[in-house]
Amino acid sequence: MKSPLRAYAPIFAAVAALAGIPLATSANTVLNSLALALLMALAGQGWNILGGYAGQISFGHAVFFGTGAFATAILQSRFGVNAYLAFACAIALGAAVGALIGYLSFRAGLRGSYFALVTLAFAEVFRIIANASSFTGGAAGTLLKLDARAANFQFASRAIFVWIAVGLVGIALIGTRMIERSRFGAYLVAIRENEDAARALGIDTLKLKVQAITLSAGITAAAGAFYVQYFLFVDANIAFGTWISIEALLTPIIGGLGTTMGPLVGALALQVLAQATKAVAGRAPGADVALYGALLVAAIAFAPAGLQGLAARFKRGLAT
Amino acid sequence: MFAPQIILAAIVNGLLTGAVYALVSVALTLVYGVLHIINFAHGAILTAAMFAAFFASQAGIDPLIAMFGLAPLFFVLGYAAQRFVISPASHGSDSNVLMVTLGISIVIENVLLVAFGSDTRTIDTPYGFSTIDVGFLFLPMPRVIAFGAASVVALLLWALLTKSDTGKAIRAVAKEQLGAALVGIDVVHIYAVTFGVGAACLAVAACVLLPSYYVHPQVGDAYVLVAFTVVVLGGMGSVPGAVIGGLAVGVVESLSGLYFGESLGQLGIFLIFILVLLLRPTGLFGARA
Repeated sequence: MKSPLRAYAPIFAAVAALAGIPLATSANTVLNSLALALLMALAGQGWNILGGYAGQISFGHAVFFGTGAFATAILQSRFGVNAYLAFACAIALGAAVGALIGYLSFRAGLRGSYFALVTLAFAEVFRIIANASSFTGGAAGTLLKLDARAANFQFASRAIFVWIAVGLVGIALIGTRMIERSRFGAYLVAIRENEDAARALGIDTLKLKVQAITLSAGITAAAGAFYVQYFLFVDANIAFGTWISIEALLTPIIGGLGTTMGPLVGALALQVLAQATKAVAGRAPGADVALYGALLVAAIAFAPAGLQGLAARFKRGLAT
Repeated sequence: MFAPQIILAAIVNGLLTGAVYALVSVALTLVYGVLHIINFAHGAILTAAMFAAFFASQAGIDPLIAMFGLAPLFFVLGYAAQRFVISPASHGSDSNVLMVTLGISIVIENVLLVAFGSDTRTIDTPYGFSTIDVGFLFLPMPRVIAFGAASVVALLLWALLTKSDTGKAIRAVAKEQLGAALVGIDVVHIYAVTFGVGAACLAVAACVLLPSYYVHPQVGDAYVLVAFTVVVLGGMGSVPGAVIGGLAVGVVESLSGLYFGESLGQLGIFLIFILVLLLRPTGLFGARA
């Protein structure tokens, strides 16, 4: 195992570099893309704990993102709860939903595609209910009042949002690295590699998987809550839509599944890709997304182990 | 409570819708059963087929006639997509297959969006609004035709899988891929054939859906989630399960729409889906875990 300094140095370097960007530029498009990329990285980091380390692929992380988003939006708009307290509650509630879904599905022994599909179904159930219930604002969604004061977790400057996002991503990165170096992380990897063998060795796989999904859900819920603070609006199709489930699993897979930096690398790469295709394809709606899809297929065809895997292959190629 | 006639009408309507669900689901379960992959491009292929049927109809060809051209065309397209794109690009890893099919669906949906815009389109057919009187209720003609076509396709598929050599090879690959390769079956070819058959089923589904439905670039998505439910309900990889599951889901949707209102109608489907997964994950007619 690497020394603590060598293990954490890349994280601090990445955080410092990202935090420097708002100092270098104040262009709104850059800061907005960066904030979105960091949001996706955070959602993906949550997904990565469960999908990357513990090997339980979820198609429904929208359920946690949406729970976090609606929890913070409703607590503030309906109950007048302080924004920071609402943020904390959103994370706790997201984690609780994760624990419940995890307990139900893992106790039923769902694995692989079956687990993936049940998470997808949970996300759809939440979406349909949120879309029909007046408590969540129905199809019109829930709006937060614009009142840009630090006490409300609202800032006029995008740079501050970027720094907060960098902070959240940094915390998640350090947490992930700590898990990776801990016994807990080793157990999760054991479950991913061979669950039956792990259980035979006396690992309580049900408990560990529930812990993993709880943590995973909490982190993704934080991304959802941050989304609401940033956009001040959420509706059922944003919060529980398949787009966020897909983004949450794309970022780690593109960046490198089950690696600490994977989701961040993947989110930044996807954001650059999205902006580049937008620039190339011009204003025709859908053209940029179509190109994005084609490049996604190409990326998987030529870099099956993610971008970090590709980098490692190049390094090996140069070394030999 | 509702009068028995209304409930009966809801059940019959559910069966008619369910037949199309069954058709879409049979394609999905077949691909899953043989290739062991979850095809995320399923909905997009259905959408593409509906657009093809739409433009055939604009050119004066009724969708029910166009079906005989589109089904072979989509077989070829599906075969080519699996053989030359999905299989080489995914390097045999399941999570890569997921990404590749997802990428393909993004491409299909957005190319359609670029080319045709996000308008909702419908077609007029002479039988579009005609009904059949069966005594206690009126059945919409297009959906009766859809039911008939879905039944015929299910029978043809059953015949293909049980009677033909290709069908035998498909079932052999589904059961034991390595063993099938050892006895001389070209597994890559069978994979592509299966994917092609799935796409052809979707083309038929698209042609029978169009007269009573609308088309826009994301129309297929609504069917994918339902198809997943049906496939899980019937047991993943089980073709008879998908047929019965499709009909059952159609009825459940129709009845829960009746009792809970239109916007919550699909809720019943997903609750059943979750309960089946949690209580009996092999499905009601599950072939294997």
